[in-house]
Amino acid sequence: MTTVTAAGRTATGSDATSPPTTRKRKPMKSPYPSWFFIPAGVFYVVLFLIPTIASFYFSLTRWTLFDVEFIGFDNFVRFFQEPQLVTGFVNTFIYAFLTSGAKVVLGLLFGVLLSSQIIGRGFLRATIFFPVLVSTIGVGILFKVLMDPFDGPINQTLAVVGIQGPAWLTDPSIALLSVALVDIWKGVGLATLIYIAGMVAIPQEYFEAAKVDGAGAWNNFRHITLPLLRPATVTVVLLSLIGGLRSFDLIWAMTGGGPGFTSDVLASVIYKQYQAGFFGLSTAGNVVLFVVVAAIIFPLSWWLNRKEADQ
Amino acid sequence: MRSVAWKWGGGSVAILVAIVVFIVPFLFIVFTAGKTQAEASFLQFSWPTEWVFFENLATVLQNRDWLLVRAFVNSTLLTVGAVAIMVVLGAMVGYVLQRRKSRWNPLVNSLVLAGLIIPPAVVPTIWVLQGLGLFKTLVGLIAVHVAFGLSFCILLFRAFVATIPRELDEAAIIDGAGPVKLFFRVVFPLLRSVIVTVIVVQAVFVFNDFTYALYFLPGDDNATVQLTTFNYISQSVSSFNLLFADVLLITIPPLIMYIFFQRQIVAGMTSGAVKG
Amino acid sequence: MVPRTTRRSIVALGAGGLALSLALAGCSAGDSESDGGAVELSFLVDNGESTVATAEALADAFHEENPDITITVETRPQGADGDNVVKTRLATGEMADLFQYNSGSLLQALNPDQTLVNIADEAYVDKLDENFIKSVATDDGVYGVPMGQSMAGAMLYNKDIYADLGLEIPESWDEFIANSEAIKEAGVAAPIVQTYGDTWTSQLFVLGDFNNVLAEDPDWAEKYTNNQAKYVDQPAFAGFEHLQAAYDAGLFNEDFASATYADGVSMVATGEGAHYPMLTFAASQLATTNPEAADTVGSFPIPGDDASTFGLTVWMPTYTVFVPQSTEGAKLDAAKQFLEFLTTPEACDIESEANAPQGPFVVEGCSLPDDVPAMVSDLQPYFDDGKTNLALEFLSPIKGPALEQITVAVGSGITSAADGASQYDEDVKKQAQQLGIEGW
Repeated sequence: MTTVTAAGRTATGSDATSPPTTRKRKPMKSPYPSWFFIPAGVFYVVLFLIPTIASFYFSLTRWTLFDVEFIGFDNFVRFFQEPQLVTGFVNTFIYAFLTSGAKVVLGLLFGVLLSSQIIGRGFLRATIFFPVLVSTIGVGILFKVLMDPFDGPINQTLAVVGIQGPAWLTDPSIALLSVALVDIWKGVGLATLIYIAGMVAIPQEYFEAAKVDGAGAWNNFRHITLPLLRPATVTVVLLSLIGGLRSFDLIWAMTGGGPGFTSDVLASVIYKQYQAGFFGLSTAGNVVLFVVVAAIIFPLSWWLNRKEADQ
Repeated sequence: MRSVAWKWGGGSVAILVAIVVFIVPFLFIVFTAGKTQAEASFLQFSWPTEWVFFENLATVLQNRDWLLVRAFVNSTLLTVGAVAIMVVLGAMVGYVLQRRKSRWNPLVNSLVLAGLIIPPAVVPTIWVLQGLGLFKTLVGLIAVHVAFGLSFCILLFRAFVATIPRELDEAAIIDGAGPVKLFFRVVFPLLRSVIVTVIVVQAVFVFNDFTYALYFLPGDDNATVQLTTFNYISQSVSSFNLLFADVLLITIPPLIMYIFFQRQIVAGMTSGAVKG
Repeated sequence: MVPRTTRRSIVALGAGGLALSLALAGCSAGDSESDGGAVELSFLVDNGESTVATAEALADAFHEENPDITITVETRPQGADGDNVVKTRLATGEMADLFQYNSGSLLQALNPDQTLVNIADEAYVDKLDENFIKSVATDDGVYGVPMGQSMAGAMLYNKDIYADLGLEIPESWDEFIANSEAIKEAGVAAPIVQTYGDTWTSQLFVLGDFNNVLAEDPDWAEKYTNNQAKYVDQPAFAGFEHLQAAYDAGLFNEDFASATYADGVSMVATGEGAHYPMLTFAASQLATTNPEAADTVGSFPIPGDDASTFGLTVWMPTYTVFVPQSTEGAKLDAAKQFLEFLTTPEACDIESEANAPQGPFVVEGCSLPDDVPAMVSDLQPYFDDGKTNLALEFLSPIKGPALEQITVAVGSGITSAADGASQYDEDVKKQAQQLGIEGW
């Protein structure tokens, strides 16, 4: 410590106008110490990183959990030969972009609405969050019933107004979209919550200043709310997109990837391999999925955060 | 005038939509939970011909030697433990990550994203837990949840620490606060609404998870609430009435918790306004 | 070899890292060691209501006879999640002292020679049916004891509809279609019930046809295991072909795509549907939702193209009890005692009482009660005449995992029978390679 300080002094000694030594000392005793990373890092490395690296090795093996045989890249070759792979890729992208787009837009809308002075605010906040709390299995069974093409309440209601409702989950051309709708229903509460937290973080004086300037509601939204909700938006975009690309549990609970294979996404193809006991193959699939998701998320995250730094 | 119209008009429309979109499914759950097994097996949206709602709740509670009660205790310990650790550790990382530009940041950022993207490797994780003597213990499962949940916490905290003015840090440093004091006394309290948000989100995740519990904490003594739902779904005979009674029982407590916590977020809003 | 070294190094790395957590981990799963001769056994079963009821009734009765031994029943999910729990716990040496699992191809995937206790030398094995032993054996040992009855993959049918329309039990596919057309003509019911809301139910046309395949080619299972017989070729192709033919003829219930298994059973019971190809474990669903129809719902074998092959495809008991190699010492002795208990008539009676019987017992000296439902008693003549064959999953270790999705696609008109069969052959190939079977 002393040597550094001394060196600092000699380096700046002749320059009488230079500020005190605090700037030089900062890297040594930062108010933001690196050891803050360590406790979290221990959990992360031991229970996440090490098992993950181990599993990468297993992607190169035929692995029944009882026996391991090294087979090089055969699993990857086989994975890319999966007959459902192309459908899986297309469906994954449709599902992810649709659900995350809708969650951002609706989440923002509800977030703003539920932070403003409207009646029944507490009730609305509770109702919109309720689906987040219901287990995926429950949601799956629930919507299988509601979306039943014959006696489902949705189609019965549509029939009252003279519309013949579609076979939501059993028509191959719309099954995936129906699941995406339910995913939005289940997940929008979470996006809304993050936006509400974002709204809370906006200092009130901005709005007060705008009021003095005579700005309208739209101008407030456009020039204050939207830019200052940026951290919330970045978070919702990243989380819902990653969630959407990796998602399979709701698809699994509602259609099982069906009818046939028509609503399979990458993650459900992998899950089926895992269920079948193809542990090496499904691990290889997970590596592929990781690369695909990373190829989308890393540049996006970098871009979003760069814009944030620019502000 | 305008704001009155908004308050009542907007509110009424929103309530109407909420009733159709969110309350109708909720009613289905309640109706099914009130039916007999034979009637519930047809899974129809109808008023039960015979209400056995409380009988079903009682059955679910008492089933398998009050398994659900034990599961509630386990799930509560698990959720509280995992979320508490996650929030503190995640806030520490997110804070330093946002405040200090260092060459480690890109690596840490990548690891955080990787943590969100990569699914857990079940069997290798079990080996690690066995090596540590934590397999089949609640502590082990808490540690696993912390490891997998940290990324989300860090991402959210990093985003929201940016909204706290740096001048506050500097003022505290001038007052002689060390890093630990600066963080826990000055920054952490200001993160209140984010903390509540993270607590709610992660508590929901941990409470609702069944995959980790299934693999990392086997055994009925250790059951968590979500695992109890499995007891009512089977290939040959399903008891949807009991399933939905169970779903109701395990959804209502977190919903009440949520209503309580979301007040805290609103409280954060008003206190922020006062400060401003 | 390989996983072992990896594992050790991971553990070494990990042990350094989490000293902090270790300090927190005061408690750990207590091992209930035997003290004073008393032994406690854990028994892992699937969480089906009837499985748990049966297991607990058996455990209680056993405890009564052997007061020193207490058996605690633990549960796991059913289906593929449950399979993975069993595999994971076996592979990590954390299995319960006794566990219930399937016999046949699912058992083979557990590597029984390395993970389970061989009971080939125990006297009570002699009391078990030869076919059953085949389904729980490898070249090197015998591993399981049944906890329930065998069953059949059959065509459940509504006897009232048959009586009203004066129909005879069909012995060939053409007769079956003729009956179905007559029912359609009469407009009284959906001729054939399909329930793709539960995808697994779609496989019966293919799996339940296996008696006909074997009747035509007795070596088919062996050829199939050796990569010499395929589903795209006859006789096995018939199952796919029939499924498509039934769809094309418009014989399914209107809501076949969304109906569930429970709907299916109720439809045959109430006469909304005439036929439902299903396993006879449907007896227990019927007893729950439509107990009044116990004598209305009958069963007959799934007919093939040739009336001369008419006979039942039989499933060995899906509830079978095994002991993992991690059970040792006094616990192992106690576990074996429990297995022996399962082969007594007393245990069989407990099983028939706890759960509606679904087919004949496979244990010598055990018999069904007199009041079994019609769908089970209808099976008896075929057993008596020896007109039965085992299902493929008990004769070959290979069962492709995607069959249920493929049969849904064929039965919904999304995929043709020929494409479906060739997809399934690919699926089977993947499974065989995974199991490391020679010739693939």
